[in-house]
Amino acid sequence: MPEALPALSPEQMRSLLQTMYRIRAFEEKVDELFMRGEVHGTTHLSIGEEATAAAALQALRPDDYITSTHRGHGHCISKGADLKLMMAELLGKETGYCRGRGGSMHIADVASGNLGANGVVGGGIPIATGVGLSIKMQGLDRVCLCFFGDGAANEGTFHESLNLAAIWDLPVIFLCENNQYGMSMSVRRAMRCETIAQRSIAYGIPGERVDGNDVFAVYEAVSRAAARARAGQGPTLIEAVTYRYKGHSKSDQNRYRTREEIRAWQERDPIKRLAAYLREHGLMTPEEIEREEAAAYQAIEEAYQFALASPEPDPDSLLEGVYA
Amino acid sequence: MSGPSSLSTTVASGSAQPIESSQAPVQEMTYAEAIREALREEMRRDPRVFLMGEDIGIYGGAFGVTYGLIEEFGEERVRDTPISEAALAGCAIGAALTGMRPVAEFQFSDFMALGMDQIVNQGAKLRFMFGGKAQVPVVFRAPLGSGTGAAAQHSQSLEAWFAHVPGLKVVLPSTPADAKGLLLSAIRDPNPVIFLEHKLLYRHKGPVPRGDWTVPIGQAEVKRPGTDLTIIALSIMVPRALAAAARLAEEGIEAEVIDPRSLRPLDEETLIASARKTGRVLIVHEAVLTGGFGGEIAARIAASEAFYYLDAPILRLGGAETPIPYNRTLERRATPQEEDIYQAARRLLQRRPL
Repeated sequence: MPEALPALSPEQMRSLLQTMYRIRAFEEKVDELFMRGEVHGTTHLSIGEEATAAAALQALRPDDYITSTHRGHGHCISKGADLKLMMAELLGKETGYCRGRGGSMHIADVASGNLGANGVVGGGIPIATGVGLSIKMQGLDRVCLCFFGDGAANEGTFHESLNLAAIWDLPVIFLCENNQYGMSMSVRRAMRCETIAQRSIAYGIPGERVDGNDVFAVYEAVSRAAARARAGQGPTLIEAVTYRYKGHSKSDQNRYRTREEIRAWQERDPIKRLAAYLREHGLMTPEEIEREEAAAYQAIEEAYQFALASPEPDPDSLLEGVYA
Repeated sequence: MSGPSSLSTTVASGSAQPIESSQAPVQEMTYAEAIREALREEMRRDPRVFLMGEDIGIYGGAFGVTYGLIEEFGEERVRDTPISEAALAGCAIGAALTGMRPVAEFQFSDFMALGMDQIVNQGAKLRFMFGGKAQVPVVFRAPLGSGTGAAAQHSQSLEAWFAHVPGLKVVLPSTPADAKGLLLSAIRDPNPVIFLEHKLLYRHKGPVPRGDWTVPIGQAEVKRPGTDLTIIALSIMVPRALAAAARLAEEGIEAEVIDPRSLRPLDEETLIASARKTGRVLIVHEAVLTGGFGGEIAARIAASEAFYYLDAPILRLGGAETPIPYNRTLERRATPQEEDIYQAARRLLQRRPL
């Protein structure tokens, strides 16, 4: 953890820890429900990557927009989503954010600026660019944060969108969560260049690579990018290097990586790191930290109970929402 | 929307007024000019409307449709994009999702393949996936069709691709008046609308009502009334069918020519009523026959009460099962011409009732 004075206030740090515990607790619950067959379809967990989502959203304002990915529970929670409505969505209930029509891969809350997870790798990048254009044309003091993964950095949409956002100076922050694998393919095998951040050079915009498990580094990078965007100076590419502990999805047997590698990353767990920092700097006592963690699991349990008790969608409502 | 049956009756905002009864003065203009007029009027009326596409600014677009608009509205609202169709499509969707009303132009409808994920997997589905809590009021304009010698990658008619996707609306105007009226409805529609313009129609002239005049999406029009057979034609096939119908009339055969104008939603009532009246149906489109929208129209008629009134099997004319060739003679042969429609109509009339 860098000793440089973080711009985050103690209050914000405690809030970050709470958010990260909630993400972890939510996803552990989803994993469990999936194993038990209570959540169907597929699920993509971001356990181990919580710092990037939480810190990035901490650097933005409530009225800023985000576009998310298939691994988006953390983005959604960090954007301030109601855990009950999220869990109801994953259980396919009418009370869910998307009335049970979207599920984990399409969860959204447009009213709060969360423009949705996305089932297509790189699918949200052009949309975020359009949101940036919308903000600019309407003269709003907002930014759009576009989450995507290392796999998406090899999609055509990434290149087309960064170029377009660059030439139009759009207020978009392209935040790549490099968790090192696109499903099973490691970044080293998927691209010749050293970093994803260096691709910013090709589009004439700033690019920065940060430790994605370090809330301070992510917070500072996103804060700088947001300030540039708000000042009309255009987009920024940020590469946050992180790691997912769990497999890509339910079918993953982890054949493409070693236990040692996973264990080594778990040593650098972002939640443990922030908790240690808060403890060492006397900002939270071990008891307070434990209470925070327990509260997160309690909140998730309440969300689960809410979802369980919620009604299924009426089959006769099938066609609702196809057209406005 | 409450059920499948209501698909055919959904209409866009704006009121339908037949040209004849309109108080608005009528002006003679080309199909391309009519589209430009609709864009200009709606951009004047609604500050959220803007255009984006390749070379639509100073250049005026590959077919000159947007020529001159940049002078009136400036480069902020008439935005030239790099050659990046996926970004073009997705950017328009993102802007639409957050309060704007973009009209995106593809240089050729063939190039929509490059933006297909954004159109089909994103734009068409966002509202539904989000539980009906979002709107994507975007229009994708694109020229389709052959007849210009542009060969296989610039000449296709891919309307059936889009009509297959719930969440999209698909319209193909065949006259300048419909082009203007449908485009105004498309821009005001809260859903993504695919607006397909035939290249050979751009120079067709016709009367176009001035001012705020709209054609509802999802309403077919009888372009020529008749009693002996029904010709259902799409896009460029409408003027060809009308020419064939004029020839048939000289022989005492009265063909009814109907333009569905919208494929999704489809006004099946008008088509079924005509089939029931004439008992003989010929469907004509330029798109390749296999998987073409004519199959859908034929199936809807065959599955309706009109089935009991049919005096002959439904006949379809469509593009040959080939990419569009470059050679002029081959290119003509690849798609139905006026003569083909005339001959097909004659054949259909000779069929005995079953």
